[in-house]
Amino acid sequence: MWLWAALAVAVAVLAVLGAGLRRDPRRLPSPLVGRPTPAFSLPLLNGGVLRSEALRGRVVVVNFWASWCYPACYDEAPHLQRLWDRYGERGVVVVGINIQDTEAGARAFVRRFGQTFPVGRDRTGSIAIDFGVVGVPETYLIDRQGRIVFKHAGAVTEDLLAARIEALLAQGR
Amino acid sequence: MIALGGRISLLVALACCLAGLVAVLRARTRTVPGPGAARWAVGVALAVTAAVALMEAALVGGDFSIRYVASTTNRTTPLLFRVASLWGALEGSLLLWAWVLAALTAWVAVRSRTAAPRLWPGTAGVLLGLCAFFLALLVGPADPFARLPVVPPDGSGLNPLLQNHPLMALHPPVLYLGYVGMAVPYAFAVGSLLAGPDAEEWVAVSRPWILGAWLALTAGLLLGARWSYDVLGWGGYWAWDPVENAALLPWLTATALVHSAMVEVRRGLLRAWTVVLAAVSFLLTLVGTFITRSGVLASVHAFTQSAIGPALLAGLAAATLGTLALLAWRLPGLREEGAVFSVASREALVVFNNVILLAMAATVFVGTVFPLVVEATTGQKVTVGPPFFNTVITPLGLALLALTGAGTVLRWGRSTAADLRRMGHVAAAALAAAVAAAAAGVRGTATVVAVGAVAFTAAAQTVEIARGVRTLQAAGRSLPGALVEVILRHRHRYAGYLVHLGLAVAVAGIVGSQASRLEVHRLVRVGEVVHAGGYALRVDELRAGAYPDRLVVWAPVSVADGGAALAGGREPAPKVVLRPSQNFYRHARTPVPTPAVRSTWREDLYVVLMGFDPGSQTAVLRVVVSPLVSWIWAGGALMIVAGGLALWPPRR
Repeated sequence: MWLWAALAVAVAVLAVLGAGLRRDPRRLPSPLVGRPTPAFSLPLLNGGVLRSEALRGRVVVVNFWASWCYPACYDEAPHLQRLWDRYGERGVVVVGINIQDTEAGARAFVRRFGQTFPVGRDRTGSIAIDFGVVGVPETYLIDRQGRIVFKHAGAVTEDLLAARIEALLAQGR
Repeated sequence: MIALGGRISLLVALACCLAGLVAVLRARTRTVPGPGAARWAVGVALAVTAAVALMEAALVGGDFSIRYVASTTNRTTPLLFRVASLWGALEGSLLLWAWVLAALTAWVAVRSRTAAPRLWPGTAGVLLGLCAFFLALLVGPADPFARLPVVPPDGSGLNPLLQNHPLMALHPPVLYLGYVGMAVPYAFAVGSLLAGPDAEEWVAVSRPWILGAWLALTAGLLLGARWSYDVLGWGGYWAWDPVENAALLPWLTATALVHSAMVEVRRGLLRAWTVVLAAVSFLLTLVGTFITRSGVLASVHAFTQSAIGPALLAGLAAATLGTLALLAWRLPGLREEGAVFSVASREALVVFNNVILLAMAATVFVGTVFPLVVEATTGQKVTVGPPFFNTVITPLGLALLALTGAGTVLRWGRSTAADLRRMGHVAAAALAAAVAAAAAGVRGTATVVAVGAVAFTAAAQTVEIARGVRTLQAAGRSLPGALVEVILRHRHRYAGYLVHLGLAVAVAGIVGSQASRLEVHRLVRVGEVVHAGGYALRVDELRAGAYPDRLVVWAPVSVADGGAALAGGREPAPKVVLRPSQNFYRHARTPVPTPAVRSTWREDLYVVLMGFDPGSQTAVLRVVVSPLVSWIWAGGALMIVAGGLALWPPRR
């Protein structure tokens, strides 16, 4: 009798702990998901300024990063470049926004990973504030209507974004 | 090079573990097991020691090609914290865990082979199996020696909260020692169940380990509370955080185990119960490991999300179900030896104390996992806060404290009329203390009752110690001589009384600091005087200094007696200058405040620099005045010293 009771309690506790594995206590859904992207103008590292209006009608990946953000930003950097290589021709834009960093650090990072997509520095941190960035790296996916459809905190992978990008590209047609 | 060596060491350790398990299986039928498996266990310990040494070399030498090193240290991390980075993140802390476990396994496997040969196969098997499990995590999903594809120029550094206080070097390893130490009594209990229904020597063999693990858990909890008080800047020391709870749970059951093991050894009672407590205490350490390392609950202590959650859960499930099966098989065969006992006896009080401790553990457990239950069933996010825990734990804790006093006054077996009379005197003293407290203006029923319970238990311990001292004084010893001699002669008994006394003092500190805490949050100009709880504080200036790893801004605050300053209407003459500061670490996004504390036996003045503006010469101060905080540390220290006294090996 006591054994069955103990077994029932043990199994219930294990099940609850197991269910807990599928949740992320830090996941706080961004209130911006479903909302229009905050307007920004980003001075690019290799000259020129990227304005958010110029991105209208395109699927955009906005990635906030810093060269000291170790190892997550280093992990995801090649994935972002691969996404740009893979989807750039189909009108997808990857934008890197460097925050809380030095100019030299940002340039060295871009050189190391051979990044060719537009990267700029948010010197005042105002873009990050408008997006509600909590930490680096954070990545936002924007649809053709300029709405934020997805937010990810932590390193992204090519696979994670590719499926969503495909869906957005298919939708737009 | 280091990474490769570390990985090889861990693989060798795992291989030794498996070889040891095979040797245990082969040796299980012999009356005195051969030395084979014990030698393998020593091999495991040596190989894991090599891995730890290599990891420390990488941390101290700054080998940023290793991912773990790059993510927990950088070029400016001071040496102490480079060394302590071993337990600064998930993989390293598991390595430390495996190291402690391997060392204990080797010790037990060598010593108990001849000392407790009947228990040995099960004991060594359980410990080696555990080692194998943790080593498998280290060579698999939580590899501390994983390398980075690109070697970064510098690492990202330890979490600033973790490198702000030297206790960081002490609190985690001591707590781990307690966690891992609980595996040893469990292993002995399993060895006993496997050996047969009469293998009751496991309790006697385990007692130093039970006490040692309890002591390490106590010290770990106390150091953690102190670290939280000194570093986190909220003026508190316990937040009912899931991970604090996870460490408190095995402490509660281990406290019950310390007492029930005493009854088992002395009276042959509570045999099955003691086995169950050893099992539950150990399983709760696994639950704690799971909660801390799987990322299921958000906490200041939780490590980042990791892939080892499922593996830990599988290990926990296997241990739980295996233990249950073993208990179902063997417990019905265990017979109590002693007769039914009197209610007015120590063994009866131990039973009550066990029931209350288990009720506390159940409450804390339910409160901790409740958010998981709710999210699993309804998808809602909830948190269970301190009000729930305080409401439920306070009455249980006070009842437990009162029982502690009563158990000290009563005898083993049956108490005499003289004992009961003495109980009456102690209770009268406690009542007088409670009435005096109420008369002196202490408010709140719970607080007044708490004063009574603390006085009761403290008086009971003091009376017992005094009785022993008086016997020796009658034989012509001086008072200090008699005190030392009586304690040393019956070390276990008097160490127990001193631990209880320490607990009473610590509870007094907790009650005092919770009952009347005063907090002031103010924006002040440099030179302006703030009054808080009888103190006058003045920010004298704002200063800044650069250190290799951080920039520090501090505000010297002159503290004076508030009443005198008001009456005189003059500049307050400073008693003391406190220096609360804010630390801006490289690579950290928010500053970490370091509170400044003026501590006396009556109360603590705790000042935090929350913010500052050099332009307008203003600072935001949080001032907390809480009574009796230092009693917590003093009482806790007494518990640890007294526990160490009981643990000290007997003279041969």
